[in-house]
Amino acid sequence: MAGQVDALYLFLVLITTFFSLLIAILIVFFAIKYRRTPERQAEQIHGSTLLEIVWTVIPLGISMVIFVWGAVIYYHMERPPANPLEIYGVGKQWMWKFQHPGGQREINTLHVPTGRDVKVTMISQDVIHSFFVPAFRVKQDVLPNRYVFTWFKATVPGTYHLFCSQYCGTKHSGMVGDVVVMTPEDYQTWLASGKAEGSLASLGEKAFQQYGCTTCHRPDSGARGPNLEGLYGRPVRLVDNRVVLADDNYIRESIIEPNAKVVSGFQSIMPTFRGVVNEDEIIAITEYIKHLAPQEANPLNNRTSPTQIRDSEVPNIQEHQQQQNQQQQGPQGTKPVNPSGKKP
Amino acid sequence: MSTGTSIVKPEMPERHFLNDNYGIRSWLLTKDHKRIAILYLLSITVFFFIGGIFAALIRLHLLTPNGEMFQADTYNRLFTMHGVNMIFFFLIPSVPAVIGNFLIPIMVGTKDLAFPKINLLSWYLYIFGATFSLIALVSGGVDTGWTFYTPLSSGYVKSPVIIMAVGILIVGFSSIFTGLNFIVTVHRMRAPGMTWGRLPLFVWANYAASLIMILGTPVIAITLILLALERGFHIGIFDPKLGGDPVLFQHMFWFYSHPAVYIMILPGMGVISEIVTCFSRKRAFGYSFIAFSSIAIAVFGFVVWAHHMFVAGISVYSALVFSLLSYAVAIPSAVKVFNWTATMYKGSVKMDTPMLYAMAFIGLFTIGGLTGLFLAALGLDIHIHDTYFVVAHFHYVMVGGMVTAYMGGLHFWWPKMTGRIYPEAPAKLAALITFIGFNLTFFPQFILGYMGMPRRYWAYPPEFQVLNVLSTAGASVLSVGFILPLFYFLWSLKYGEVAGNNPWQATGLEWETSSPPPTHNFHEIPIVTKEPYAYGEEGEEVPVVH
Amino acid sequence: MLTEKKVRRFPLSTSQTTTTEHHPALAHQFDSMEQQQDASTFGMWVFLLTEIMMFGGLFTAYLIYRLKYYPAFVAGSTSISVSWGFANTLVLIGSSFTMAMAVWSAQTGRKKGQVWFLIGTMILGAAFLGVKAKEYYDKYEECHIPGVGAGHQVIGKPFNAWGGCEIKNPKLGNIAQEIVEGAEKNHEEIPLAAATQTAKQSEIFFGFYFAMTGLHAFHMIIGLGLLSWLLLRANRGEFNSQYFTPVELGGLYWHFVDIVWIFLFPLLYLISRHQHGA
Repeated sequence: MAGQVDALYLFLVLITTFFSLLIAILIVFFAIKYRRTPERQAEQIHGSTLLEIVWTVIPLGISMVIFVWGAVIYYHMERPPANPLEIYGVGKQWMWKFQHPGGQREINTLHVPTGRDVKVTMISQDVIHSFFVPAFRVKQDVLPNRYVFTWFKATVPGTYHLFCSQYCGTKHSGMVGDVVVMTPEDYQTWLASGKAEGSLASLGEKAFQQYGCTTCHRPDSGARGPNLEGLYGRPVRLVDNRVVLADDNYIRESIIEPNAKVVSGFQSIMPTFRGVVNEDEIIAITEYIKHLAPQEANPLNNRTSPTQIRDSEVPNIQEHQQQQNQQQQGPQGTKPVNPSGKKP
Repeated sequence: MSTGTSIVKPEMPERHFLNDNYGIRSWLLTKDHKRIAILYLLSITVFFFIGGIFAALIRLHLLTPNGEMFQADTYNRLFTMHGVNMIFFFLIPSVPAVIGNFLIPIMVGTKDLAFPKINLLSWYLYIFGATFSLIALVSGGVDTGWTFYTPLSSGYVKSPVIIMAVGILIVGFSSIFTGLNFIVTVHRMRAPGMTWGRLPLFVWANYAASLIMILGTPVIAITLILLALERGFHIGIFDPKLGGDPVLFQHMFWFYSHPAVYIMILPGMGVISEIVTCFSRKRAFGYSFIAFSSIAIAVFGFVVWAHHMFVAGISVYSALVFSLLSYAVAIPSAVKVFNWTATMYKGSVKMDTPMLYAMAFIGLFTIGGLTGLFLAALGLDIHIHDTYFVVAHFHYVMVGGMVTAYMGGLHFWWPKMTGRIYPEAPAKLAALITFIGFNLTFFPQFILGYMGMPRRYWAYPPEFQVLNVLSTAGASVLSVGFILPLFYFLWSLKYGEVAGNNPWQATGLEWETSSPPPTHNFHEIPIVTKEPYAYGEEGEEVPVVH
Repeated sequence: MLTEKKVRRFPLSTSQTTTTEHHPALAHQFDSMEQQQDASTFGMWVFLLTEIMMFGGLFTAYLIYRLKYYPAFVAGSTSISVSWGFANTLVLIGSSFTMAMAVWSAQTGRKKGQVWFLIGTMILGAAFLGVKAKEYYDKYEECHIPGVGAGHQVIGKPFNAWGGCEIKNPKLGNIAQEIVEGAEKNHEEIPLAAATQTAKQSEIFFGFYFAMTGLHAFHMIIGLGLLSWLLLRANRGEFNSQYFTPVELGGLYWHFVDIVWIFLFPLLYLISRHQHGA
């Protein structure tokens, strides 16, 4: 991917050099060849429509080539990879915090293995930052209140600069770090060596219990809150009959503004956890929820109004999911990777 | 008149707009567009040097990678105030308010602009807005970047953002009224026989820029009002904690600020058209194409704003559309460059100082414009956005383009405005120094950007130091190039050779009247019968009506 | 000499007369009153175009947020008084009528008409502002003045649209309650917690409400200033059938301010309000 960016860059450098030199040489040449002498009489030329067309069409053609080339690379970069290594990042004034799925946390450093697609899902705790790794040719503004993502596949082990590239205040230029790329073996070693307190999902499970979420979010039929098992990535029907997709942003919103989207069949009694749960914990809880496998025996919880909708109920569910994919980021798919701790 | 070399030494006219009236009141309450132009000239020069001092401090600070010269907070204020002052208080007024104000009524053959009192009001609004900027400066300066992105500017910084926003808002209205004046003047006050097709290309260019001024500037006005309300009254339109959308601010901001760059460059392109034709003694090649390209740039310029936001979180489809349109807007500029080059072909070229600046413009603007294509390419922009590549790009078009054109125009019309010719040798030297200094300052920044050095960095990794040192070295040369004209222009006022009506033997109504012109521009209103740039028809007199 | 040449209609400077006398109000840069009138009116239209762009930017932002927070904006619209808004609409339309009559009076040289119609327009304009002041005061009493965050409120008490307003009466301005009751009348059930959430989001609506009506009121105040200046000149007898341009321009400005209100009123007060709202 980075190679493709460089190829386009080289092409543009050549075009720029060619046309700049062409114009520069022409004007200097004309200035000298047609320099004013007492005998010199300028030839009054009105113009030439043919020439105008030629030098409109050719630049237009070259521009279109550049556009398509750039667009193709961009489109590829914006589509999230399938089965990536998911890392979560939180940008705040003035540092980067990363969380690995195994629970390892890093500040201003990010360890990744070679040969694996790495998807970094990020949010800001305050102002707009930007995640920029020049060596990988990736950059993504990190916004408050909304998850964004970028992805890359590192190929060569080494240490590479990580910069914040959206001016964010006093220590903007101090918000730098390193992306440490390791071979898969070294990466496994590094993962094991850290004092991880448990996987990210288990951290989320702890937070889920600590904040009392289990009081209402249970799989039994008397629960006051929707059952979250198998929820992630599936469509959800709301009280006003809208259908939305349960992705990262939905889960985050449900924690911070729970009554913005109330699930059909439930009351809006969930209190807001804004200011109570921080972004890191939200990420952990989301990871936990992602790992909750659906109950095979009783998908509808014996309730009269369904919370999760069966596939057959949603027309064109594939299209629906694809649309949601394209808007933000793809859901992880309906099969959880590592069902752990699904029972509250 | 436009005959060959004259044996009689020209003399200063006895009465002209500068000596028609004396006293401070006659200047501060003037309705004469030419005096207002001079007032603007003095004011924007002050702000050019204020912005320039900040630039010098920035470049000095960046000599070392560890941020030794200034604190980070101070540095952040330096680059913000550099940007704000240069863009709003120098670049946007420069050619229109100084050269445009002076020349447009004369070029269309009338006595003054349509609304002289509003013209004076424009200048007072500029001063009023500039005062706010100075107040913000002495209150410590703003540190949000000239782009004021929220929520940083609306809720996180402690600097005088509201004062600065109000200042920019006010100077925006100065710009709106100037544009309004130009549009009405060109539509309704042309001399007999001055059809649209006979207008100098400078007028076309300023007309197109005026369209942008009146349509785009009100949007930055409302954006800044909303920002000020949010900071002052916490109404939370852009605050994500209230559900506001910080990206909406970016859309509203860039909806003006992108067309603004065309407000800046179009008048400069108009200057180039005038200089290239005069110093090649040739009619403009492709006059209609150059004229309509100006309008096309103005129109297309309004639909490309989100190319500043490709990584800001806009959708893929938006990004594709804006990238495509951004290529469309580049084409008319290319057409102009080719037409200017073709104008020199088989001309009779004299490389006096204005022509040196014009040629520098054509070369540097080409480079700057082409590097814009890099930024419009989506996949590539992801890498070079918010790096020094962008900084280099816009300095190439703004300084290598716009400021160069402004300097060229100042030199070209200095004799007309003052009645005196600047000394040619120091002027050529200054042009050369500026050209060398400029390239040395900004070319390394393209490389820095591609290597990954982000913008607005107070400190940077040491591997970027060599290029930064080169850039600073260039800046010190560049500053000499800009300071020299200050001296020789002032010198010329007393000791410069008297110009006479038409020292360049150029076509155009402004050269038919005296230098400096009389207060009412013409002793007799001309009737226009000739095509513009009717070089090669020397000896034909322009009929006048009594 | 000049009349022998066949010239096109534009530029207008060809219409200059050959007489030496000129109207005392003819500005030096123009060749004829006709040109002055034409250029001035054109200039005013261009200025109004810039105003359209400014209000347009604000309206666009409003519409974007309306789509994003639809229920909150509906609740906000419902909570402002459509009766007062409608009254203001009538007042402004009336004032545009009196303004048009003032212009006509100037065109036909009726000095008394000019003066009285201008006064009438100003009275109606002042009435509009008076009603607006009352509406703003109501919002103050209902704690609907926005101001994010504890300790940050600039005017009035902290924003409270869910029943805690301490200024006059906690029952005033309880948008959450209004939402619940409104739903009940439609045989729907919206729990109070959800309604409170929506009421919290309505703070953005009020931000726009004050920004939009405030900007409009600001333009009205400037308009009143212009009208007073016109009144002074009209009283001195400066306007007649040969020269009424300032009155015409004042009319254009006033009508524009009226039209902005014609957009504001439906956008803020009318669209999607609940039938059962106050």
